[in-house]
Amino acid sequence: MMADLFMLAALCVLISVAGALIRAWRGPGRADRMMSAQLIGSGGVGIAVLIAAARSEPAILDVALVLALLAAFAALAFVKTVTPEGAGDPEADEAENP
Amino acid sequence: MSLAFDLALCALILGTAGLAVAGGNLFGSVVFYIVYGVLIALAWVSLGAADVALAEAAIGAGVTGVLLIGAWQGMKDAGGLEAEITKSLPVRVLAGLGAAALGALVGFAILSLPGHDGLTGPVAENQPALDLGNPVTAVLLSFRAYDTLLETLVLTAALAAVWSLTPARFWGGIPGPKHITRPDGVMASFGRLLPPLGLLVAIYLVWAGADQPGGAFQAGTVLAAVWILIVLAGLRDEPRLSSLVLRLIVIAGPLVFLGAGLAGALAGLALGYPEGHARTLILIIEYALTLSIAATLALLIAGPARRAP
Amino acid sequence: MSAMECFIAGLLALGVFFYVAGTVGLLRFPDTHSRLHALTKADNLGLGFIVIAAGLYWGDGWIAGKLALVWLLTLFAAGMAAQLVARAALKAEGGE
Repeated sequence: MMADLFMLAALCVLISVAGALIRAWRGPGRADRMMSAQLIGSGGVGIAVLIAAARSEPAILDVALVLALLAAFAALAFVKTVTPEGAGDPEADEAENP
Repeated sequence: MSLAFDLALCALILGTAGLAVAGGNLFGSVVFYIVYGVLIALAWVSLGAADVALAEAAIGAGVTGVLLIGAWQGMKDAGGLEAEITKSLPVRVLAGLGAAALGALVGFAILSLPGHDGLTGPVAENQPALDLGNPVTAVLLSFRAYDTLLETLVLTAALAAVWSLTPARFWGGIPGPKHITRPDGVMASFGRLLPPLGLLVAIYLVWAGADQPGGAFQAGTVLAAVWILIVLAGLRDEPRLSSLVLRLIVIAGPLVFLGAGLAGALAGLALGYPEGHARTLILIIEYALTLSIAATLALLIAGPARRAP
Repeated sequence: MSAMECFIAGLLALGVFFYVAGTVGLLRFPDTHSRLHALTKADNLGLGFIVIAAGLYWGDGWIAGKLALVWLLTLFAAGMAAQLVARAALKAEGGE
């Protein structure tokens, strides 16, 4: 019964992150699209944790761990694209021109 | 309840795939493809295939994002984003019908597979001889070890193919631009805090791969992602591609694998493991493969050399 | 249903509520920077409740430690990504 409850929670989180796809489709800027990808990544971590608890399988928790570790990589790559030549730091200009 | 979850996941996967192909905005399509990677990893989790889910989470959700966004950046710099490539309507309808027909064919083929346990029985019978707890590792590195060996060589060949795109004046040089970071900023701190954790997770994955889901490929991907982070955060520059040490690391995994096979040949069983030494040899091969896969993947993402040596 | 199971169910409901709140914020807030708030704070709080519920249900000490590590990692990554994306969005708005 508790396992079913965890799967129900997983279903609810899945539907809620599906809503974020609307922002990915519409989002006027690239930052908005990237943020919805980030949200789905973090939702994926939550869903993996819920499925791991529902089935009491520690291996699926490892999947959640790897997802959590690599979640922000795409956001990092995106942030690089607004800097010249894709090689700068968005905060670097602040240091030069306070 | 699991059925409801699976159905919702299937609908989401199909929807995301459609949106990735149909969108007019190229960056939006890239984002949808990354989302698709995360959803496929969840699909593997739901099917109970934790090893594949680990690989998909590492590659589809992490590394592919960096690769595609880097490609998008390259297109933007070369001015390719303004070019409008629209095919005529009949061509697009034909392509859509062809893709739908292929998808229906694959779906029909999978649904008409006879329902039986597959190879679970034979694998379970022969696994105790190897002293490994994880049946996936047993299949990958023993029963079908020849396939895995060839796959690692394919990775190395892919790297050679990427390097062949280097302009002559940059041969053997350094890939990627020189990354500048504010030394006390968020990006540099990220690049200092995450790699130790990533290294720990990678070593855990390859060590645990012998007896529970994990393995060389997953660990190698996490290590490659950690290296990419260090380079993007400007804390280290990429090595020169002509460096001998680098090339030795890339080739080390396949060489150790071949060496293990030759050792078996000396013991009288060509490309086989000597009796009783299987687990030790498999573990040595896995650790060497982890290093090689990490180096190869990181270099594949870095691309051909862009700065002279 | 025992008291513990009711408590776990309550935590799960809270976690799902915050995830939904995060998505609603992402869809309804007027501009990029306010959407960033919804994404970073609400989602990770939801994950925190889910992690506590999973830890209580599982009942194993080592697993609870691993769950806490997952949550901390997500917090780290989300916080740093939020800082960088906010700066990047500022630049993009100024330049484009």
